[in-house]
Amino acid sequence: MADVPILSLTTFLPLVGALFILLIRGEQEAVARNAKSVALWTSVITFVVSLFILTGFDPSNPGFQMVEEVAWLPAFNIAYIKGVDGISIWFVLASTLLTPICVLASWDAVEKRVKEFMIALLVLETMLIGMFTALDFVLFYLFFEGVLLPMFLLIGVWGGPNRVYAAYKFFIYTFIGSVLMLLAILAMYLTAGTMDMRVMVDYPFAGNMQIWLWLAFFIAFAVKTPIWPAHTWLPFAHVEAPTAGSVMLAGVMLKMGGYGLIRANVQMLPEASFFFQDLVFFMSIAAIIYTSLVALAQSDMKKMIAYSSVAHMGYVSMGIFAMNQQGLDGAMFQMLSHTFVSAALFLCIGVAYNRLHTREMAAYGGMAKNMPRYAVVFAIFMFASVGLPGTSGFVGEFLTMLGVFQVSTWYGMLSATGLVLGAAYMLLLFRKLFFGKLDKPEVKAMQDLSPREVAFFAPLVAIVIIMGVYPASFQNVYNPTVEKILADHQVSLKAAGLIEAVAPATAELRTETPATQPASEN
Amino acid sequence: MEIAAIFLPLAGAFIAGFFGRLIGDRGAQIVTCAGVLIAAVLSVILFIKVGFGGPEAARTVELFTWIDSGTFEVSWSLRIDTLTAVMLVVVNVVSSMVHVYSVGYMSHDPHRARFMAYLSLFTFMMLMLVTADNLLQMFFGWEGVGVASYLLINFWYEKKSANDASMKAFLVNRVGDFGFALGIMAIYMIFGTVEFDGIFAQAASKADATFNFLGWEVHALTCACLLLFIGAMGKSAQLGLHTWLPDAMEGPTPVSALIHAATMVTAGVFMLARMSPVFEYAPTALEVVTYLGAATAFVAATIGLTQFDIKRVIAYSTMSQLGYMFFAIGVGAYPAAIFHLMTHAFFKALLFLGAGSVIHAMSDEQDMRNMGGIWKLIPGTYTMMWIGNLALAGIPFFAGFYSKDMILEVAYAKHSAAGSFAFWMGIAAAFMTAFYSWRLLIMTFHGKPRASEKVMAHVHESPAVMLVPLVVLSIGALFAGFVAYPWFVGHDMNAFWAGSIVMLTGEHGSIIEAAHHVPGWVPYAPLVAGVSGIVLAYVFYMFSPGLPGAFVNTFKALHAFVFRKYMFDELYDALFVRPAMKLGFGLWKGVDIGVIDGLGPDGAAAVTRRLSLASSRVQSGYVYHYAFVMVIGVVALTGWFILAR
Repeated sequence: MADVPILSLTTFLPLVGALFILLIRGEQEAVARNAKSVALWTSVITFVVSLFILTGFDPSNPGFQMVEEVAWLPAFNIAYIKGVDGISIWFVLASTLLTPICVLASWDAVEKRVKEFMIALLVLETMLIGMFTALDFVLFYLFFEGVLLPMFLLIGVWGGPNRVYAAYKFFIYTFIGSVLMLLAILAMYLTAGTMDMRVMVDYPFAGNMQIWLWLAFFIAFAVKTPIWPAHTWLPFAHVEAPTAGSVMLAGVMLKMGGYGLIRANVQMLPEASFFFQDLVFFMSIAAIIYTSLVALAQSDMKKMIAYSSVAHMGYVSMGIFAMNQQGLDGAMFQMLSHTFVSAALFLCIGVAYNRLHTREMAAYGGMAKNMPRYAVVFAIFMFASVGLPGTSGFVGEFLTMLGVFQVSTWYGMLSATGLVLGAAYMLLLFRKLFFGKLDKPEVKAMQDLSPREVAFFAPLVAIVIIMGVYPASFQNVYNPTVEKILADHQVSLKAAGLIEAVAPATAELRTETPATQPASEN
Repeated sequence: MEIAAIFLPLAGAFIAGFFGRLIGDRGAQIVTCAGVLIAAVLSVILFIKVGFGGPEAARTVELFTWIDSGTFEVSWSLRIDTLTAVMLVVVNVVSSMVHVYSVGYMSHDPHRARFMAYLSLFTFMMLMLVTADNLLQMFFGWEGVGVASYLLINFWYEKKSANDASMKAFLVNRVGDFGFALGIMAIYMIFGTVEFDGIFAQAASKADATFNFLGWEVHALTCACLLLFIGAMGKSAQLGLHTWLPDAMEGPTPVSALIHAATMVTAGVFMLARMSPVFEYAPTALEVVTYLGAATAFVAATIGLTQFDIKRVIAYSTMSQLGYMFFAIGVGAYPAAIFHLMTHAFFKALLFLGAGSVIHAMSDEQDMRNMGGIWKLIPGTYTMMWIGNLALAGIPFFAGFYSKDMILEVAYAKHSAAGSFAFWMGIAAAFMTAFYSWRLLIMTFHGKPRASEKVMAHVHESPAVMLVPLVVLSIGALFAGFVAYPWFVGHDMNAFWAGSIVMLTGEHGSIIEAAHHVPGWVPYAPLVAGVSGIVLAYVFYMFSPGLPGAFVNTFKALHAFVFRKYMFDELYDALFVRPAMKLGFGLWKGVDIGVIDGLGPDGAAAVTRRLSLASSRVQSGYVYHYAFVMVIGVVALTGWFILAR
């Protein structure tokens, strides 16, 4: 497999499928049917191909692997470079897994312009994978911006009644961020003389230049993540987006922000990251507490989940900038967990929405009686979202809190309030949908999950539980990379004279910590 | 064997939960009951092996790695030492009896399979909690029992009161868990590990360590222990975080017996006993535990005096007895607390199941004001309730007598302000306990029948499937105290616990030994209090039934305050629930939509729109407008040229 450009193959395979769909002609119904099956097959094959990335990946190597390098604009030191490391590999797989699920979820839900919908979905997949595997900043930027287009269309064409406002809001927010990022990239290019991200990671940018570069990148990624207060586009985008759009948005697109924060801010601009730590903590904690409270006040279930996404991503940004093993590990895990949990929750809402065409919680009630399978699935993801130990949600949340607690007990304590607030709104949502008397005739008429729906929930349930019970299997893939990032970070800070010595992983304590030893008492 | 004892209930839950329709209700009942019964037998064998097998018998079975992040490594493993073995027996025996009982009690419910699955799931989570080898796995079981409790309280999910109660239970417990989680983090910061062996080995060396918590330099172990105690307060319904327990009685009665009396609510006691090697070095934290436990014992007993719902009376009694266990821990007598935990599990489960039998007989009536005069109709249940109440009141030779006396003696023997406070509060609570127990007995079974004739005609003794578990539990309530005394707190104590509980020894040996040297009147004080409580209850409710009403009228305000549970619910609602909702709404409408959107995208869009509107107005299309502007421009330019020169 060594000479097969597996990353490029995975990236562009969906695009090939999209081309095929483009060529489909004929009766409208036949077109729709064929487009759906081509999209499904393409996305499934892409997923299978992407599994080879995982099998070929050597977890013990912290650097970039499966690197493909082709000269592109040699005069400007710009090349087509692709590669994965422990940070990006899971996001590639998350993209390839969620796409077929989205195709299945849109099977009946999308009725108009099915062909174009499927094309948009596949193009989106290409752009996402391309972004996570790009190692040249020009390429990175192209894909990063490229993601915007299909998503803009998904919301603007197939969205709800207020879709145009939502789409523009989404576009304005992300575009402002992108422009700033482009400026930062150009500035870095002019300083370092290359667009190769591998070189940038090691390039020592001057301290005060880092501050400005950091801010530019941070704004771009803060919008994507989203970090409070740049989050107000998200509830609108989610509410208006079709189910598949929401799933991709929450599942993968938000992770572009977190990925970018690690890749650009932490890895390339260590001194500024150190400088801005408190700012990020403050904004993350604000996100956790503030958006949880706002979520509590929602009556639109999709909006509630959207706000909960902001709160959960608050743990991610906080964990990243804790700059210790537990914090960064936890942030990675939280992102992965959120990928599946939020995707599943939006799918769950899609199930109810497809049947009753309203997102008002008050319109439902008592569904535990006529839709027991749906209730069980929803409950599992609700508890995962709440961070119940044994589900994926717990590991990330706990590790990030542990990481931050070691830096500052105040921030650690404030972030732990999410344990209570997060449970409050999720239980409220679940209660309004599933408990109480089943007295609304239209709710009574709703059918339980269909086999197709069970088919796309089953893998998500399995992943969420496996990640909760045996997270080590996921962590092992990125742990060496995380360790290297942190070690590099310490070295840079030391070189800049910001810290005195390379600190140990655990926090400081007034007394010496003797090595743990087995107890003799028992 | 360890694995079977712990995972059989899970297997039962899984089969009954997901294949309930396939195997039918009967199948689900058989599978779950069999799983837990086998687990109960296995845990008794384990108990004998570990409790009497000397110090080498304790073992840890490591399953596989759970979380691995740098120096933070946690495994799934089963730790079986004496403390765990005691809990295994308590949990599995009570749980298996409740399972069997439920077959009869829930026989008319359409969702029997689901009920059995939840019960078994709960049992598994509780077993994970007590066999944990590290704090994080304990947290897994801890939250897991919380979920099972949530599901079971809300078992009749069409009832609004059940919905409310289940959410309240989960959220109040989450507040406790907030403390527990922070406690785990603090422990990790102090010890660099969350595994018990590693923590315990270092505890003594950290006795003087300090660390910075929220800006203050504090004694590290005290801080960590208090945080953990917040977790214990939530789960064990100690004063402040207790409001969920009485409401939890919305669940079916077997649930109240298993979860909200015998096992889950004692998890806090177990956790503190498990962490005894650390708590021993945090005397301030222990003092807090003593005061709070004593206050809980007293306050809960006072509320118990005033309630009319038969299950709520027992619920407040549970809360009160948990207070006893906590102040026993507070004075350092962990074995006494666990002893009381064990005896209490038997007699309180017996009382709840007996109450369930009464409710069953009375066609789902729970208000004691509508009962009475049924003792001849259900003599089996009546006898069982007597045994349970005698044990609860601490009458000699019943189980509660040994454990409650022990606790009061150690409180006295502590010779500290906190200890004395706990002792007197405990004596007062013992008096009230006896009073409300006999108030319950008399109101439920004696006097004139107050129920409607239709209900009275239906009163019937419960079937054997419900009575046999009662008999088994009553054997525990009769003999557990007498038989287990020497091992738990008597001569064989040290060999029995084999280091699974650590007590620092003072001048006169451990606190338990000191308790054997208290003045002669101390052991009799609780007995006197109990007997006078019983006598007073007879006076009030049997011989002169007008007295309670007159009494209430004399102390109207006080009674109303106590009857409304010291207004905790109203206070929390006003302090936390409503403000949170209001704040959420305000932040959404005010800040999110008002400020951020107003200044951000919407503001930018509005400014652009206004600018373009203004500029479009300039392009009016009238020639004279343009000519006018041109003239102005020419004038301005010439003017500038002339003036600037």
